Amino acid sequence: MVQKTIVTGVIGSDTHIVGNRIISMALEKAGYKVVSLGALTPAEDFVKAAIETKADAILVSSLYGQGELDCRGFRDLCTEAGLDGILLYVGGNLVVGKRSWDEVNAIFLDMGFDRAAPPGTRLEDILSWLEQDLGKQ
Amino acid sequence: MSEFALLIDFGSTYTKLRAINLDEAKILGSSQGPSTVTTDINVGMEQALNNLKNSLGSLPPFKYRLASSSAAGGLKMVTIGLVKELTVEAAKRAALGAGAKLVGIFANRLNSIDLKKIVDLHPDIILLAGGTDGGDSQVVIHNAKKLGESSLDCPFIYAGNRSAVDEISHAFAHKNLVITENVMPEFNVLNIEPARTAIREIFINRIIHAKGIDKAKGQFDHLLMPTPSAVMEGARLIADGYDNKTGLGELLVIDPGGATTDVHSIATGNPSAQGVIQRGLPETRVKRTVEGDLGMRHNAVTILETVGLDELVSLSSIHGEKIREMIAYLSNNPDSVPQSPEEIALDNALASTALKIAMKRHCGSVEVVYTATGPVTAQDGKDLTQIKTLIGTGGVIAHSHDPISLLKCTLSSLDEPNSLRPVSPQILIDRDYILFACGLLSQVDPKAAFNLAIEHLTNGK
Repeated sequence: MVQKTIVTGVIGSDTHIVGNRIISMALEKAGYKVVSLGALTPAEDFVKAAIETKADAILVSSLYGQGELDCRGFRDLCTEAGLDGILLYVGGNLVVGKRSWDEVNAIFLDMGFDRAAPPGTRLEDILSWLEQDLGKQ
Repeated sequence: MSEFALLIDFGSTYTKLRAINLDEAKILGSSQGPSTVTTDINVGMEQALNNLKNSLGSLPPFKYRLASSSAAGGLKMVTIGLVKELTVEAAKRAALGAGAKLVGIFANRLNSIDLKKIVDLHPDIILLAGGTDGGDSQVVIHNAKKLGESSLDCPFIYAGNRSAVDEISHAFAHKNLVITENVMPEFNVLNIEPARTAIREIFINRIIHAKGIDKAKGQFDHLLMPTPSAVMEGARLIADGYDNKTGLGELLVIDPGGATTDVHSIATGNPSAQGVIQRGLPETRVKRTVEGDLGMRHNAVTILETVGLDELVSLSSIHGEKIREMIAYLSNNPDSVPQSPEEIALDNALASTALKIAMKRHCGSVEVVYTATGPVTAQDGKDLTQIKTLIGTGGVIAHSHDPISLLKCTLSSLDEPNSLRPVSPQILIDRDYILFACGLLSQVDPKAAFNLAIEHLTNGK
């Protein structure tokens, strides 16, 4: 089976790298090729990395509450660059204020993300999502 | 009995000779003749040799006769990659690092208009990259097929996604193809040395012949590299020294010419302050940038357009309309040498401007990014603030009455605190145009080459 490539990183002016790094390590352990962009990554850089490496999925982390602003137009950016139908996940403390997860989830799915992960999502869940979603492709 | 070396630069305007006494590490004699590569390269070479003979009385036996060339348009290259900031940039750096003159840079899928442009550019070599190893191969295969079907008959170098090598070989079945390692094997990892080596080998083995430079092969033992590479090798030798001899350490060389301004740095360029985050592609220690829009003659008009008339007026104290007139004359008469005080003033203004912009583009910059946890300083490109030595070379510098002041224009300034230009390096002048000769000589006798450089680079006084 061909090894699948996944781009990970923390979007925008966000320096919270720990959770993202743990996810990257778990993905590598599970047999994925991981292109880790680290903290402070502009949306454009996710897209550029995904093009050169022919990534199968992009996992975007956002922990500082600005995710809604930083991720706006992310799917369009991918489509524009020719990454049609690339799998997009987003996760972390995606918004500030008191909003229910259902509401937040809907906002990000509406933006074109395939899945959104609330704080406290288990690594096993992310891995099984990937297996399920990439298996379909 | 001393030993001697003859170093030759087949330039675009002149054929330049330097005869070196290897034991004393001194220039024995210098001469030049016209560049006659378009007709018969030997005519200019013989004229230069005769001039040398006349100034020396007789020519000594030469142990080495080494040459570099930028004649017949230099080593003209087209590079192609996928994403502008990634494989396009990596391919570009490989070509510039090999001393090439980049005439075209292309990204993503080539269309028929791009292809026509490439054919019209008549490149000597085309470097094709795209995709990390195991990454995207569709675009690079598409581009290979397009190039393979075209009328182009120059050598091709493939330095892209390794997974696509079979398809690439097939697409270039009827062309001259060299396959080398990927310029970007992993995301954001640069690997330009193999591509540089491939370019240099093709240059020596094929391009020299194609350009008619090898007609003069009775006059030299080896033609080693394109002239910009020779300058780079000279810079590397001065920075690093040889064997156990320590060099001058990290340095910059700036070389303003008629059509372009070259900047070479031999420095890691790591952040000099703590806590700074480096962004973008990693930097190679030896780096060359070429500013194709900053030339003292062919591109004098672009310098004017870039900085504006007011800046040149204030630098030269010449009337605005007069400046326009003089610049138009310079563009049409690229061989003209400034004579009157006004012409010298304008030349100084153009040179200081071109040098400053070229240096700014070569050096990196910092930007403060505000994050939830406070401000963070991010650096793009090389931090060259702590560089200890700056060397100026090229005709403009050599002929200037005050080259030190010219080069001081390139240093860090308070009005641009984010630009990482050198703060207070020692400034050395290559009055005798010796750097190319040192670079050539470094390949056979690094000790003599190093001592020659130290002997002849002056502090401008």
